[in-house]
Amino acid sequence: MTGVLPVTLEDSTKIVQALLYSGKEYVCVMRLHGDAPEERIRLILSEFEDAIYQRPPLRSSVKRQIRTRRIYYIDFLETNGRNVLFKVGCEGGTYIRKLCYDIGEILGCGAHMQELRRTRAGPFTEDSNTLVTLHEVAYWFSEWQEKNDAIILRKFIQPMETALALLPKIIVRDSAVDALCHGANLTAPGVLSIDGGITKDSVLAIFTLKGESIALAKAVTSTEEVLKIDHGTVALLQRVVMPRGTYPKVWRSSTRE
Amino acid sequence: MPKTTPPWEIRREQIIKKEDATDAKYGCKPQDRSPADYIRNGVINLDKPAGPTSHEVAAWTKKILHLSCIGHGGTLEA
Repeated sequence: MTGVLPVTLEDSTKIVQALLYSGKEYVCVMRLHGDAPEERIRLILSEFEDAIYQRPPLRSSVKRQIRTRRIYYIDFLETNGRNVLFKVGCEGGTYIRKLCYDIGEILGCGAHMQELRRTRAGPFTEDSNTLVTLHEVAYWFSEWQEKNDAIILRKFIQPMETALALLPKIIVRDSAVDALCHGANLTAPGVLSIDGGITKDSVLAIFTLKGESIALAKAVTSTEEVLKIDHGTVALLQRVVMPRGTYPKVWRSSTRE
Repeated sequence: MPKTTPPWEIRREQIIKKEDATDAKYGCKPQDRSPADYIRNGVINLDKPAGPTSHEVAAWTKKILHLSCIGHGGTLEA
């Protein structure tokens, strides 16, 4: 199985959970165990475009309990004998091997996953010119060590902010940054701008005016509400990314003498 | 069939609440980071080869770049 696998380096590993839950897209070859007319295959595939129930397969890295996953779309591409090629967009954590098995059950003839290529993981796609192979990583890295030109690094490494591009975001003022780095929840006075459509419990990313990511957080209220209020909590911090002391400390400690 | 919009097709609109300036003395734009900081705060959009597991591929990347810590976003089976 090949395709898009975002690899987070050192400090950016802190945002890996945002990528795990992000949506994925795959191109898949499903092998049928019997003959089925194309019309019927198309129909059954479209019936899976919804919330589906899945029990993770025997060999999996999570607890094996039934969970729901959303299939955004399944695009039938072509068939060749008993091989069916399709493209599927789905929520993170959907097992495509299991999906193929289930499609086979509904078709009646049975089926299994033959080949799989991931074409998207969150904001990272196959057709963007950022996708690199391990060989390219090794090549560009030695090239960079030799020439010491920062441009070379950009050929194979993206800033971690790229990985958060699909999350709704809040930009905060400089004076709010260090408190957030220390784990304080985000309060209304710090907010400079906010994306529309945020509702209670939305997972969002908090950025500085310079475009650096500070932390991942969960909204406690909606965009409309945040724009109205002058004080009170806006979001609960989940994961701090920026090291403490990057911005000056301007908040007072409650334990001062 | 009811369909959900994939996250990558959602258009978000940024609403300004207040204006403020940022002090150039602290922090820096992601594209202006020093090479060491750029790597430490970087992500590689890697094309996983068939055969090795996602963990092995991540471990090799770590070795190639002489890093101490690495992670990957979503296991893609061998």
